[in-house]
Amino acid sequence: MLMTRHPAAAAILVAIVPLVLSLSVAATPPVDLAAGEASYAKCMGCHSPEYNRTGPLHCGLLGRESGAVQFFDYSEAMRGAGLIWNAETLDRFLAAPLEMVPGTSMGFAGIADDEERRNLIAWLATLNSSSDECREVLSPRTGSP
Amino acid sequence: MSTNDKQLAPARRRFMTQAGALTFSGVAVAMLGGRSTALAAGTTDEAIEQDVRILNTAIAAEHEAVAAYQLGAESGLLEPGVLKVAVTFQGHHKEHIDALAKAVRSLGGTDVHARNEYNFPVDKLKGQSDVLQFAAGLERGAVSAYAGAIPLFGNRDLSAAAASILADEAMHWAVLRNALGLDPVPGAFFS
Ligand code: HEC
Repeated sequence: MLMTRHPAAAAILVAIVPLVLSLSVAATPPVDLAAGEASYAKCMGCHSPEYNRTGPLHCGLLGRESGAVQFFDYSEAMRGAGLIWNAETLDRFLAAPLEMVPGTSMGFAGIADDEERRNLIAWLATLNSSSDECREVLSPRTGSP
Repeated sequence: MSTNDKQLAPARRRFMTQAGALTFSGVAVAMLGGRSTALAAGTTDEAIEQDVRILNTAIAAEHEAVAAYQLGAESGLLEPGVLKVAVTFQGHHKEHIDALAKAVRSLGGTDVHARNEYNFPVDKLKGQSDVLQFAAGLERGAVSAYAGAIPLFGNRDLSAAAASILADEAMHWAVLRNALGLDPVPGAFFS
């Protein structure tokens, strides 16, 4: 009370309170990798981390250009999408694939729940060259992307 | 079962089979009528093309399932009773392909064919339960794939047809889980 009566202190509070509030909003809960992996069951009708199936393999997805997995026959739309797959582009794509890339052959409505997408994307990010599943697929020797 | 029930049973069975057959052909007819329904509803070319793409992705996944059951059937790892079930399920997937391919053609599209080879975890299939687990995984994936496709079709007849296929694949999944000694229906919702 005493502090707020001081004009300078009040000004500082006015400046700080929204900052603290926005920080606490931004402090999202930690990702749940197990939930992300469980969510991947929804993708496994068409995808696997290490093989091309009906959809392209997912090892090394984060940081890769869209439509760039070797020996996978992409739609024209995906080949021309010009995206880099990162947390932000994946979040938009997985929410509504056909809206982000009209003409894609990924005939899947998407995942509506923000947190489910966040967990799934965090799990997809673990499919890098240091994961057991992906080490061989991503090794330069095998020539795969 | 009372004597009366016993006498009734065959008639009831016959009725059930016929009802089942009727349901299926009802869907097949709806799918065959895809084009006229689509045109009548004033569906745009773009929406029809999208339906064809979704159908073709489903056909590709069904071809993979047929190949997977073929691998299982030829593995020599399945007991005769289980083998019979696997071959029956494979037959269902072939019927799905026929129905979906007809729908694609009726929309003026070209249906995708099976690939020459599929990537299956062959080295991990060492016994009957590995094969059943592998098949169960594919069926579970198919349930999600259809659940994700159903809301997207421009033509609702196709959504209905996809729902009827989803139901079949969900039953496969439950039977396979049961054979593995798992809870056959581990929840109330699946997407
Ligand atoms: C019905 C089958 C199907 C399902 C289910 C499915 N996908 Fe796909 N996915 C595809 C196909 C087919 C493509 C290729 C799309 C194209 O070429 O337009 C694709 C492409 C992608 C791509 C672009 C990859 C690249 O190399 O550019 C990502 C990312 C992706 N899928 C993630 C997912 C995730 C995550 C899930 C689960 C939530 C999922 N998909 C579910 C079929 C599917």
